[in-house]
Amino acid sequence: MGSTNSTLLKIPNVEELMQETGFSSVHIIRLYDRFKALDKEGRGHLCPHDFGAIKELAMNPIGDRIIGAFFSPGQETVDFNTFVKILAHFRPVDKDRPRDPNSPEPINSRSNKLKFAFQLYDQDKDGKISRDELLKVLRDMLGMQVTEEQLESIADRTIQEADLDRDDAISFEEFRKVSAKILHLKKAPVVMSAEYDC
Amino acid sequence: MVFNFDVRAHLSFFIFCVMFVYGFRANANVAYKTTTSPSKLPPWKTMGETDADPGKTQMVFTLNYPRIQIPFEITLWVLLASFAKIGFHVYHKITVWVPESCLLISIGFIVGGIMHLVHEQPPAVLTSNAFFLYMLPPIVLDSGYFMPTRPFFENFGTVLWYAVVGTLWNSIGIGISLFAICQIEAFGVQDINLQENLLFASIISAVEPVAVLAVFEDISIHEQLYIVVFGECLFNDAVTVVLYNLFSHIAVMPVVEAGEVFLDIGSFFVVGLGGVLLGLLFGFVAAFSTRFTGKVREIEPVIIFLYSYMAYLIAELFAISSIMAIVTCALTMKYYVEENVSQHSCTTIRHVIKMVGSVSETLIFFFLGVVTITTEHQWNWGYILFTLLFALLWRGLGILVLTQIINPFRTIPFNFKDQFALSYGGLRGAVSFALAFTLPESIGHKKLFITGTIVVIIFTVFIQGITIRPLLKLMNVRKTNRNLETINVEIHKRLMEHTITGIEDLCGQWSHYYWKDKFMKFNNRIIRKILIRDTRPESSIVALYKKLELQNAMEILDTMSGDISAAPTDLISLHEERKNASKSRKKFLPSDVTNMHDLLSKNMYKIRQRTVSYTNKHSLPTDITAREILMRRHTSLRRSLRAGSFHGTNAAKMSQKFLSLPMGQSLNSGFPPGRFGHTGDGDTETEIDYPSNRPMFRHPKRSSSKAVMPLRPLDTLKEVASSVNMLDEQNEQQIGYRTSHLRSNISHSGHQTSNLPYGSSRNYSNKDCEGGEQQSWPSPHTWVQKPQNDVQQPLMRRPR
Repeated sequence: MGSTNSTLLKIPNVEELMQETGFSSVHIIRLYDRFKALDKEGRGHLCPHDFGAIKELAMNPIGDRIIGAFFSPGQETVDFNTFVKILAHFRPVDKDRPRDPNSPEPINSRSNKLKFAFQLYDQDKDGKISRDELLKVLRDMLGMQVTEEQLESIADRTIQEADLDRDDAISFEEFRKVSAKILHLKKAPVVMSAEYDC
Repeated sequence: MVFNFDVRAHLSFFIFCVMFVYGFRANANVAYKTTTSPSKLPPWKTMGETDADPGKTQMVFTLNYPRIQIPFEITLWVLLASFAKIGFHVYHKITVWVPESCLLISIGFIVGGIMHLVHEQPPAVLTSNAFFLYMLPPIVLDSGYFMPTRPFFENFGTVLWYAVVGTLWNSIGIGISLFAICQIEAFGVQDINLQENLLFASIISAVEPVAVLAVFEDISIHEQLYIVVFGECLFNDAVTVVLYNLFSHIAVMPVVEAGEVFLDIGSFFVVGLGGVLLGLLFGFVAAFSTRFTGKVREIEPVIIFLYSYMAYLIAELFAISSIMAIVTCALTMKYYVEENVSQHSCTTIRHVIKMVGSVSETLIFFFLGVVTITTEHQWNWGYILFTLLFALLWRGLGILVLTQIINPFRTIPFNFKDQFALSYGGLRGAVSFALAFTLPESIGHKKLFITGTIVVIIFTVFIQGITIRPLLKLMNVRKTNRNLETINVEIHKRLMEHTITGIEDLCGQWSHYYWKDKFMKFNNRIIRKILIRDTRPESSIVALYKKLELQNAMEILDTMSGDISAAPTDLISLHEERKNASKSRKKFLPSDVTNMHDLLSKNMYKIRQRTVSYTNKHSLPTDITAREILMRRHTSLRRSLRAGSFHGTNAAKMSQKFLSLPMGQSLNSGFPPGRFGHTGDGDTETEIDYPSNRPMFRHPKRSSSKAVMPLRPLDTLKEVASSVNMLDEQNEQQIGYRTSHLRSNISHSGHQTSNLPYGSSRNYSNKDCEGGEQQSWPSPHTWVQKPQNDVQQPLMRRPR
């Protein structure tokens, strides 16, 4: 896999990146290899169609949304730094993080993870999950046998449960409250460990 | 009740058949002079058949049973077994609780009982030859061909570990403990020496996948577990056979020499590797042959089967592991062959392999039942009970210890529940059975061993097979009372799980990505050029869509119903949409909420990893959820393509990013025109030069994300004009790709659509749309300029 140091040198601003995201050098190298493998044309950045080539992602009901999350509005490409920063959301939560009010929250804090999830719902980025957006998500995640009426009642019920200020939409705060019950929030995906599968 | 009648009818029907046949045969020695020499008579020849009756007068009506005896008996047995299988599935509740193997064995008992009554001998099909040459290869080919390769290779080390070391552990452990038991005078089996014990132990440590995998599938077990059991069973066949040969070799020798033992251990590696190499060789040769079968499609399946079988036989010739050979052959072959052969051949191959494998398996269990009743048994309480005990004990211990050792090396370690499933799921079956029968006669206690094997098999298959499912369910059910969870939590949880899975896929599951990458490069550069007929590097997404479309098309042709309903609901939902917009807050009863929970749990797409989307042992692979998702995406893609020229700037720009095909392309243009004929799909691929687009196909673009684009009210004429400009600009971005399709798209002017591409059964359109989009789907002829050649179009817009 190439010697550690030489690969690390190829990546610009590696130290900063590691600091900001909390990934170790092994992880960074692994992600870099993956980035390069995805970037088949060797341009140094990824386009949506590079993500699209991943077959399993196409089979994921919310695959499109996940890909969309990598691209900020207006951007067409993802460079390595952005790639890593977004993936940093999925690192396990640092339990012993000292509460330093001055430094910004680490990317993998619980709150940022929730924001990421919220963003998957809220595609028009208005800070609220409207009923329509909820319906779209439901359609994506449910099989074809579910009728429109059933979907709508589920959506209505969802909003009813979460919506405290009666504006018929779920804001981030409401989302956060409701998600408090989800205990296994953002378990780190297993590929983040540097060990190899046997 | 109708069901009961059917079951009784079936049962009585074939009991009747059996009695008829055996009664018939007992009387069938009429008026016939055997023409075949005795040596050619079938091994299962029974009494009375060779009565020649010279000098008989000419009969008007003759019965010539001996002539057709062999094929007739084979056919009858197979039919009986198949009826049994049909019978079980009629009464569905049984198969839920009792694995099929149990049922088959029971039927075998019944038939054996009948045969015993009429004092018939069972067909001596279980000669060594018949089993190993005819019955085992189809089963192994079935397993090998349908093996899910990616998880298999990812877990290769684990699989090998459990298979090889586990089996060794089991055999040696059981052998030694049994030897210790033999020393106890009370059991009276002191004359069984160590070698014989080891031999017996190696027979009963072979684990059999059939029942286990069926149960695992039903309870949606963890993919990792599934593949470990699957692989273990495959490999430990090989290991067992090698051990068996090793020990039987030793067992007949009065004195064991150390040198010999080492030689034998060395031969183990030779055997294993030799099998693999031979399999690879045959696999490549087979793939190469299919390159040239373009003109003779009919013989393609034959090539596949015969090459695999040939690999098996040649391996048997050299006494190397034939099972490894055939499995490796199937694995290697599959990838290349499926690209070379026609779709029909592909289907035929799969079907036939499944069919023959299934028949073979059925027969084996069936015979197990029959033979149990009809053989002479030698019973020894102590020995046999202890055998059973040790078999269970050592397996449990073995799994425990082995897992502890290998867990640190795995990224997904096995927890105790998994280990329990693994050890309890160690059912014995066909291979043990066959090996027991082929024990050399020189072993004094052969009958005892046979009885012991049968007892172990029956115990594990019946007791463990039936109880494993409730036990696993019990262990899995540690969920909180679902009704306390809110709907919100369920939805969000699932979304997050999908996200995690998605990100995992993004990061690449292959730890040894380096090697896979290297192999794929080598593959693409060299191997594919040699073995595949037209080596277009097809991206996997295009291949996937291609398969989907075909399947979809074929299914539509099969079942025309059900899709008619797609159209009306579109309209209905549209109207309802408008009504609901102004609905007041609904009140939800608790029963409503429960219903919702049920709905969600039944219908939400399962996470990729947790779903065993691989083959059920007894049916062909289907992947309904994946298809739905992809079809949805695909239809939305097509809609956006069609609507592509009418979009507002921003929205279209976003949509272009996510198209899984270059704009204006359809799936069909990815194929050489000869394959699918002229496809009249939507936008004009006719104007696209096929070869020049080769680089594009490497990078399929994603279909437009419905959620990404906000709904925009559209104004036709303005949009068309601006969209033309925008599209031009878009095209410049795409590398070297100029289409003239814009011209034809502009001709679809005046047609206003919403920007929202969507799966058509639940359609949600822009309110300004005036239902135009809706109506365009059910009736393609409203698309003015693009009518008739849409052969495929009506098929495409119906997702299943």
